[in-house]
This record gives sequence, C-alpha cells and structure tokens, in this order.
Amino acid sequence: MRVALFVTCVNDAVFPSTGVATVRLLERLGVTVDFPAAQSCCGQPQFNTGYRAETAPLVRRTVRAFEGYDHVVTPSGSCAAMVRHHYPPFGAEAGALAPRVHELTEFLVDVLGVTDVGAYFPHRVTYHPSCHGLRLLGLGERPRRLLEAVKGLELVELPGAEECCGFGGTFAVKNPDVSAAMGADKITNALSTGAEVLCGADNSCLLHVGGMLRRQEAPLRALHLAEILASTEEEPWR
Amino acid sequence: MSDRKGRASARDEGRRPGDGRAFLGMPAFPEAAREAVGDATLRATLRHATHTIRDKRARAVAELDDWAALREAGRRIKDETLRHLDTHLLRLEESVTAAGGTVHWAADAAEANRIVTGLVRATGETEVVKVKSMATQEIGLNEHLEAEGIAAYETDLAELIVQLGEDRPSHILVPAIHRNRGEIRDIFREKMGSWGRPAPEGLSDAPAELAEAARLHLREKFLRAKVGISGANFMVAETGTLVVVESEGNGRMCLTLPETLISVVGVEKVVPTWRDLEVFLQTLPRSSTAERMNPYTSMWTGTADGDGPGTFHLVLLDNGRTDALADEVGRQALRCIRCSACLNVCPVYERAGGHAYGSVYPGPIGAILTPQLRGTASEVDASLPYASSLCGACYEVCPVAIDIPEVLVHLRERVAEEGGKGHRLERAAIKASTWVLDHPGVLAAGERLASATRKALPRRLPGPGARQWTDHRDLPELPAEPFRDWWKKNRT
Amino acid sequence: MTDSRARILARIRAAVADAPEAEPVARDYRTSHTPDDPDALLDLLHENLADYRAHVHRTTPDGLAGLLARLLAERGARSVVVPPGLPGEWLSAAEVELRSDEPRATPYELDGTDAVVTGCAVAIAETGTIVLDGGPGQGRRALTLVPDLHLCVVRAPEQVVASVPLALPRLDPARPLTWISGPSATSDIELDRVEGVHGPRTLEVVLVTGG
Repeated sequence: MRVALFVTCVNDAVFPSTGVATVRLLERLGVTVDFPAAQSCCGQPQFNTGYRAETAPLVRRTVRAFEGYDHVVTPSGSCAAMVRHHYPPFGAEAGALAPRVHELTEFLVDVLGVTDVGAYFPHRVTYHPSCHGLRLLGLGERPRRLLEAVKGLELVELPGAEECCGFGGTFAVKNPDVSAAMGADKITNALSTGAEVLCGADNSCLLHVGGMLRRQEAPLRALHLAEILASTEEEPWR
Repeated sequence: MSDRKGRASARDEGRRPGDGRAFLGMPAFPEAAREAVGDATLRATLRHATHTIRDKRARAVAELDDWAALREAGRRIKDETLRHLDTHLLRLEESVTAAGGTVHWAADAAEANRIVTGLVRATGETEVVKVKSMATQEIGLNEHLEAEGIAAYETDLAELIVQLGEDRPSHILVPAIHRNRGEIRDIFREKMGSWGRPAPEGLSDAPAELAEAARLHLREKFLRAKVGISGANFMVAETGTLVVVESEGNGRMCLTLPETLISVVGVEKVVPTWRDLEVFLQTLPRSSTAERMNPYTSMWTGTADGDGPGTFHLVLLDNGRTDALADEVGRQALRCIRCSACLNVCPVYERAGGHAYGSVYPGPIGAILTPQLRGTASEVDASLPYASSLCGACYEVCPVAIDIPEVLVHLRERVAEEGGKGHRLERAAIKASTWVLDHPGVLAAGERLASATRKALPRRLPGPGARQWTDHRDLPELPAEPFRDWWKKNRT
Repeated sequence: MTDSRARILARIRAAVADAPEAEPVARDYRTSHTPDDPDALLDLLHENLADYRAHVHRTTPDGLAGLLARLLAERGARSVVVPPGLPGEWLSAAEVELRSDEPRATPYELDGTDAVVTGCAVAIAETGTIVLDGGPGQGRRALTLVPDLHLCVVRAPEQVVASVPLALPRLDPARPLTWISGPSATSDIELDRVEGVHGPRTLEVVLVTGG
C-alpha cells in the first residue's frame, strides 16, 4: 500500500522526529510512504483564529499536494480534524480530500487493521487524548489499544484525561493565564501517575504541556505516540 | 481606561443597554480572567462545584439510552420553532389572550423595563417578589425598578446571595457559584437584617442551616406579596402554557401567591406544541441539576379561577434575539434552554469564573450569545469569542446540540473583519504567515535558519505572542534540521 | 406597544427569509424506558421518590385512613387543610383540626397550618414525580405549597405511568399544574443538593394498591 505522509507544519519545523518515527513505523508495517514536498500547513491556525480568507490558499495547496493519493496519513488529530470537518465548505475538491485523510491511529487500526505494531518501549506511560482527536475524530480507544500492545510498556490512567490541556492554538497566547492554569492542572494529574512519559497524538498540545514540563524541570517528558510505536528492541527510542 | 468607559456608557444609552449597570466598563476577558486564575479560594470553589455536577450529570444522562435521540429531537424542535418564530409567537399570543392573559411585546431592554414598571405601578404596589430569571437580569430590571422606587426581591437562594452581597451573578443556574458556604454565611449574617428578617443567631455554614435561614427570611415577603415577576423556561404556543422549572419552591411562591404575575420571556423560549415538552422535560433537568426531575415544575395557562394570580401579563422580549436569528451560523445559540451544562464542563469557565465574561450569560454559551445580543463593539464583548480553547466539551454535553466551537470561530471571523483593537495587526501577521506557508521554499529556509540559530534563543522572549508563550512555558528545543531535509537526505 | 409587535415580527421574518426549511422533527426517542409491568412501575416510582427524599408508604384502601392518621401524628401535625373534594374517609381517623379552604384561606392562614393532604392527577415512575392539577381532592396550588408537610395519595396502578411522554397526554394544559419530585431542595450552595427550602420540607407519598 502506498500512502502520502502529511507531516504537518509543526512536526516539520519543530518535531521532525515524529515525522521520522511515522515513516519508520509505516515502512516497518509494509507501507510505502511518499512525502509530497508541496505540502505545508493545513490552515487550522488561520481558520480557528477567524481568518477564513487567509485559510483558503493553504487549503488549495494542501488539496493539490495530496492529489492522487487514496490514503493520506498524518500524526496529528487536530490537523486531520481540520481537513475532515472544515475543508468541505471550501469546495468540492477540498471536500473530496476530507475522507482520504487519516489520523495515524485511525490508519493503523481501521485501514491496516493492526493494534500490535511490534513496538518495544519499556517505560511507564500515561496517555492524554487531545480534544480534536477525542471529540472531532472520535478516536476513542484506538490510541490506548495501540499502547497496550507495546511490549514492556506500562500504561497508567491519566486522571481527568479528557480535559483540555489548555493549548488551543492561539488561545495559548490570547488567554495565557487560563491556558497556563489548564496546563498546570494537566501536569499535576500527569505527575500523579508516576509515569515517565506523557504520551499524546498531537504535538501542538505536547508543545504546550512539554514546554511547561521543561520550565518546571519535571521528571516527566512529553512524547508523541508515533515515537513510542516506532521504537523496537532492535532500534529503541533514543 | 477613559476610552473604555466612554464606549461602555455609549452602549448604555444605545438601543440595547444590555444587562444593567453591573457589567459596564468590564475589561477584556483575558484581563478579567487573570485575576480569577490568581484567586486560590475561587479556583477551589469553582473546581469543587463544577466537578461535582459534571460527574452527576454524566450519570443522570447515562440512565437514558435514547439520549442521542432526545438531543436530536430537541435540536430539531428548536430549529423548526426558530424558522417559523413569527407564526409560533402569534399563536402563543392568541392562546395566552384566550386564557385571560395579556401579551406585551418589547423590542429592547428599555421598553421591557418601561412596560413592567407601568404594570407594577398600576397595581399601586412598591415591592415585587421575583423568580430567578435570566431575561430580567439581562435587561437590568431590578436596577430599573429600584430607580423607579419599586423594591424587587430575588427569592432564589443563589440570587438572594448575589443580591444581599451586592454582587454579580457568575453562573446561569447557580449565580452564586463563586461563593463557598463560609462566604454565604457571612453575607447572610451581615446583610439579611437590612433587607428584612435577620439571619438566625449562631448561623453556621452548614448548607441546611443556610437554606433554613433563607426560608425564614423570605417567607414574610412571600406571604405579603401582591406582585410576582418571573421568566419562563418554555412557552407552549398551541396551549398558551408557560413552564417554570425550579427546585426550591420560591418559584411556586411567586407564581401562586401574588394577585398579579408578570412574566418577561425571550421570544426564543416558545415551543410549538404541548407534546414538545416531553423532550425538554427529560433533557433539561438531567443536563442542569443532574436530576431525573427537578423538585418543582409549574405550568399555568393564562389565569385560573380561584387558583393563583387573577391578572397575568406576558412580556415577549427581543433585545437582540432577532439579530442573532439573522445570523445563519449564530442563530443556533437561540436553541439554548439555559441548562448550564456547558459551563460545568468548560475548562476555561472553571478557571476564569463567570464574572470574567462580563455578562449574565457566562461560560461557553455566554461567549456566543453575548456578542450576538450586544454586538462586539466593547472590549469585553469582542474578546469573548476567543475565550475558548475550542476543546468541544460544551458541544458534547449540550442537550440541544449547539455547536459552540463552530459559532465561536464564526464570531472570531466577525470580530477580525471589524478590525478592532489589535486585529488589523493580527490580520497582517496572519496574511504574512499564510504567504510563508504557501511558499515551502521560503518556509524551509526559515526552518533552517531557526534550527541554525536555535542555541542562541533565550528562555523568555519579548514581543506579542512570544512573551505570552514564554512567560509560562519553555520553547521547544528546535531540531538540527526540519523533517523535509531529513526526508531529502534519507528517502530521495 | 403595537409598534414593537409589528417591528419584532418584521425583524423575525427578515431574519429567516433566506433560511432553509428546518428538518422535520424526529421523535424516535423512547416513549418509555421501563417494561410495561404495573408492579415494576410501582417499585420504580417508590424507589425514585425515595431517592429524592420523599417518604414513601404503601397501603390498601382499608388501611389508608389509619396510615394517614399515624403519619400526621408522627410528624406532630395538629392542623390540616382539606382540599375540596378530598374523600371524607381519608381523614376520618386523624385526630387533627381539619381546616376547609372554602372560603379560601389567606397565605397567612396557610402558613399557620401544619399540613395538607391531597390526591394527585398522575405519578411518573421514571422520574419519581407526582403531578397535581387542582382537580377534586388536590386543591389550588397554594395549599400544597405553604404548609410544611404534604401528604399525597397515589392510587396504583391507575394513576401511575412510566414516563414523561406517557404523562403529558393525561394532563390538561388548561389547568394549573404542579409537578413535584421530592421535597423542596436546592443545589445553590456549592452545587450540592440540600433538601428543604421554601416548599414543604417533608413530602409523604402514600401508594394505595388494590382499590
């Protein structure tokens, strides 16, 4: 099977390791991965801040970049949700891309039909389901099922898991105090689990929570699910 | 500061004064929220209250395996009503009139206040008892009556706490949610005496004792009341029936004992048929107080011989609702049945508290309703559509399926188009970012530059956006190269 | 006033002029969530009334007068307001002062009365609700509001329905209706439920079977 990787702008610039992990994971599962270089940002930040007109060129670019691919895989719940829920009003071509975009865990579980991806990650992990994956995509138990199948991994329940971490795109800078208060509570909950890793499927949220964790020098690091799933006994993470 | 006050008072003199004087001159949401976030007592009170009700609501809803169907029916009933609102209101007017009531129409707050004042004056009374009502708060009725020499006594426990404490409401269902039991005891001890029967000697902060104090304090007012003022949760067009859903019995007192009853109700509260109540009487209590049914629901149709008020006036209120109705995305906010489930699940509300929203309608629903009812000219109203991380928890619990995140984004567009404070600059920045993102060559060059200079970045950055980010969080360690360079080297 | 009526209606019509027609209302929710078994319904009603702190009792027509007399005595009620049309035998065993509401008692007189005994129009099992419609033996609304103790008699199975959708068609909207689910309560202090505010603080519901 051949798929296009939609790496997303945040991962391209800030978290290339997530993109690399996604490629390695998919290739390990026998998938041929393309990276259409014309891709950029899906336009979510512009759209959610109220700039529809400024979103349109990025929608057009994204649609063109993935023309001809039946499956577009992205390691980001919120970018997948942007395409699936907010692209259709931008026109028929944009609407046609919507069902072809899969968030990584959806692709693994629904399209490839796997939950055990042969990963090895001998650490205590807690999982934060980001809001757009949880509520707009309805990812449900998919990420947990994938994590539970990882050899050596101990999955611990995150209290208040379904509560927003406080990132919210431009919310984090427009309402910095509320955003930080939400992030602080998320971190308190995460630390209470005794986990070494706070796992998520959306690096934008992890940028926020991870940034707060580093500021506090907390004994917990934020890590994208793809990097855990890419890790094997032969090629362990880091 | 003077600029803000100037604009606020201009609004006060305008067509819609909005919700009274209490909220005038409010700062923008982020500024007001900062104070609340820093108030540890308030944070703890709000956290305790919202988490308690959140879990209970989930259990109450889970009891009905047809919840999704009820929610969808509620949405459609409201949408159908709004689509033909004129027809349903005319039918309601006819039914209420036939049943002995008198219907008045008020285009704005000033007119509604004028009508109610005239009706109270005509009775010769100088005091009224009130059932908790969002509509009368929205129009600032109490303040208006007070200025006209008429005392309006709030009788809902939380409204009483707010009124005695000379405070502002901070929640739709529980306006005094920002007060804990100790604060409530102090307010009762200090203030009840000057409004009527003082608090009992040695009043403790036990909720049961506080409720008893309210019972004793208000009973004398109920027994002598000649005029009651209420809102309504529903008005049935087909039958002319009004419905008030409550818990304490203060509503029944105000609706039953006085000789004259005046109900001020937003035009969107009409439902077409008696049968439609079978949906909302299942979804409202479970969403609101997380009960299978609230303790008391009163239904009355015009006037009844020998039972309850002999005179009934219904004041139908527009006050910006038809503006919201004209907005194809925003009109769904008019489905709202004021359950407040969205407030209780909202992580932003939980931390910012209700006052930061600068309106009697706080929380997610307030963030989409207030800017539609009042416009977005003031600083606080223009900031409300951004008072959300768009997490979607509100939409998930809404019993009439209002897609609050969708309306928030839509209103952000409106605010951005109006180009108020900061938004021209923001548009320029957004345009620039779109341009860069639409030119991957430039983008890649920028990414490489950022990677190359990454060691030189300080921990806290100045400038709009960067400062707000780095005040609370570290920037990520930028990678040695962007993904697209890794791809080029390793896979092509 | 007339101007505003015309203005509001015109604004409404202009606002929705271009709006698409609304989707038809689908009523594919349940009419009832409970199996149609009278005994199970009665148990559910009992359970849900009790869950919201109503005191629930069961008896037969023969035992009713004695039970009401005992409950009034236990609560220390010395005076009872009697709604017009209340079956005379219900209070035949009670050693209390019976006060008529004809002519209508003032709010102050009701406030000085310990209790009220009524029947009801319908009871809803799923929600633990009794509905009064002012019919014979129920009285006007103030009677069940001002006294601090309310004893309500429900005749089962004929007055018991499973659900809200089954209750509404049995009620006449032209009559003033009061739906009661437990004694008065409030959640206004820290969103915790406390029973007993302005309405009767004690609600005794008597389920009469075998009539």
